[in-house]
Amino acid sequence: MSSTKDDRILLSGNEAIARGAWEHGVRVATAYPGTPSTEILEAIAKYDGIYAQWSPNEKVALEVAIGASVVGGRAMASMKHVGVNVAADPLLTLAYTGVNAGLVLVSADDPGIHSSQNEQDNRFYGRFARIPVIEPSDSQECKDFMGAALHMSEDQDTVVILRSTTRISHSKSLVTVSSREERPLLPYSKDILKYVMVPGNALRRQPEVLSRHARIEAYVETSPLNRIEWGDRRIGVITAGIAYQYVKDAYPDVSVLKLGITYPLPVNLIREFAKGVETVVVIEELEPFLYENVLLTGVEAVHSGLPRVGELSAAKVQKALARLLGEEPEPVLTVPAKVPMRPPVMCPGCPHRSVFYVLQKMKLMVSGDIGCYTLGALPPLSALDIFMSMGASIGMALGMEKADPASASRTVAVIGDSTFLHSGVTGLMDMVYNKSRGTVIILDNGTVAMTGHQDHPATGVTAQGEETRITAIEDVAAGVGVRRITVLDPFDIKNLEKVLREELKAEEVSVIIARSPCVLTEPSDAEPLMVSADVCKGCKLCARIGCPAISWMDDHPVIDQSLCGGCSLCANLCPFDAISVDFPTVEE
Amino acid sequence: MTDSRPVNILIVGVGGQGTILAGKVLSQVAVLSGRDVKFSEIHGMAQRGGSVVTQVRVGERVWSPTIDPGTADFMLAFEQLEALRWSHMMRPDGVIVMSITTIDPMPVITGAAEYPLGIPDRLSESAHVITIDAADYALQAGNPKSANVALLGRVARMMPFSRDLWEQALSETIPARHLAVNRKAFELGWNAL
Repeated sequence: MSSTKDDRILLSGNEAIARGAWEHGVRVATAYPGTPSTEILEAIAKYDGIYAQWSPNEKVALEVAIGASVVGGRAMASMKHVGVNVAADPLLTLAYTGVNAGLVLVSADDPGIHSSQNEQDNRFYGRFARIPVIEPSDSQECKDFMGAALHMSEDQDTVVILRSTTRISHSKSLVTVSSREERPLLPYSKDILKYVMVPGNALRRQPEVLSRHARIEAYVETSPLNRIEWGDRRIGVITAGIAYQYVKDAYPDVSVLKLGITYPLPVNLIREFAKGVETVVVIEELEPFLYENVLLTGVEAVHSGLPRVGELSAAKVQKALARLLGEEPEPVLTVPAKVPMRPPVMCPGCPHRSVFYVLQKMKLMVSGDIGCYTLGALPPLSALDIFMSMGASIGMALGMEKADPASASRTVAVIGDSTFLHSGVTGLMDMVYNKSRGTVIILDNGTVAMTGHQDHPATGVTAQGEETRITAIEDVAAGVGVRRITVLDPFDIKNLEKVLREELKAEEVSVIIARSPCVLTEPSDAEPLMVSADVCKGCKLCARIGCPAISWMDDHPVIDQSLCGGCSLCANLCPFDAISVDFPTVEE
Repeated sequence: MTDSRPVNILIVGVGGQGTILAGKVLSQVAVLSGRDVKFSEIHGMAQRGGSVVTQVRVGERVWSPTIDPGTADFMLAFEQLEALRWSHMMRPDGVIVMSITTIDPMPVITGAAEYPLGIPDRLSESAHVITIDAADYALQAGNPKSANVALLGRVARMMPFSRDLWEQALSETIPARHLAVNRKAFELGWNAL
């Protein structure tokens, strides 16, 4: 963050959301890391006067934020789109209770699936739960709309979803900043009918939720977050979020209804806009959420022809609008060159590599999970059979065993330390309770690595850098009733294979904790390795571990000295001892 | 940069090469010049040795944070194959400043694909290409990790920002303990042929 002459600073959408929460008096901010949402909590944890924490998962994060709001402190929970599924249970009932102090749930969606397992469009949660959804279009709006969302939450007695997308969260643009507005705790008074959702009370809340919704529908008609920009009246574009930027880039002069609140829609404003233009079109990324809701207002919007999957761009929007205007789209004369893919890979020296090497060598069925180790799915390791959602590896492995009991002796569930604490613990409890003989490998590298090395309950450090008590993973496993627990060094592949053979045979649940720190947080001081071309027979065994430091020159491997982490996995595999730290020269 | 069209700059490379820092310095120099700027990058899985691209747009008013095919004015390429991968993004008169560095992707390492040959010549068919040995300049500057800033120095002198503004952006973006090495790398790049 660095300032210009006029005090505008360049912030990512995530940094601006954090800034907005801080400026508007949020007391408690919670999150579980997940791309593209992670940097919101990281940024907010650096501000004074605000409490910020990582929770073990998104459900707990939202519950902590609910508690803060109910006793009168403004609160925010941030998470990636699929994280909202984890938090959906409290969210859908929070929609009944409403709030005390302002409470905002930030959902960072991932159109284009840059770093996720699906492309779900979380605007539907607004309609599902009957709660407002606010969508900023750049970093300034991320900051301003966070303030508006908190205000609206308090005014309308509802949680508000602030929905971002990857291009909003991870793009930087200029933001005018202010100072923090301290807000005293709002008074709390016990209100069973509002906060205790036993069936009778929940039933009584329903009419209140519906009348609240009617009030919000009136409120959005006059909200400054929705605005008409009159221009060329041949076409009127209804748009929101990042799509607004693409529309302005492609056709700066068309008439635009820019929606800052995308649920519920301002029905009268939409009708007024439609009257002022010849043709109404909706330009939105992902599902036809706005389009269908606009049709419900009776306005006969035409379909943009844009796809409902993947990201939009100015060029795609230009093409769609040109078609509607009967103009020629700007031609694109260039075509992508046909080149080899460069998929992401585990880092040189990564402790996960040796585990996946052993799993594929033993031809085991592998139920995978979410983290850097998901990269074990890619060639040449190609070690995963299934991968679904956070913590799912253990339950799925149990299901395989229950349908095909013989499979247990050749199946493992593989899960990371943070993912295990997020939602793998309950799967492991299920294995113990239901008499599984399954084998679970916990890859413990002591950090949430994929999202950029955040702390979690087993690291002993909080989001704001304070030391804290450690939830030890082996104690958790023992606590849910696992008796066979082995902690080992994943780089010792002979031992790993031996332990795996024993545990796969065992008649009860086994947990193997493969413990070695992430090579990025704790780089090894081991010397980089070299290949002796004289000794090497060119068998290519070392090419099967998927190490990016090893490339091939003629018939022999070459190890890039600047990349090699000295982990010695390749050297330990080499049947000819052709890889070593150094080879004696002839003179010696 | 007086017309209404923003200048589009792509920074491409392999996760871990320092593309994001180069983008930060470039964005900061644009901010200091009083222009509008947008900067877009992708975090997460691609960072692990995958193909990465940072997009920077600078102008009087910038709307979209991303650059469309056929519209990039400049490309800073930290690796040859990545320059070729993103070459369709360039406008016909665009400038590619490319490090001669090559890094084999996994399909090449495993033998499933071959690394393309003659990349500088192929790029020259449709763009103005400048190749530099950024890694060597980085070694001369005193730290192999400063190759990104050496590459930035080479493209910087073709852009409408003063040398002083670049120096200010470097000192505001790079931690003090690494500044001297990076200023040296920048200067070597600036003076490169």
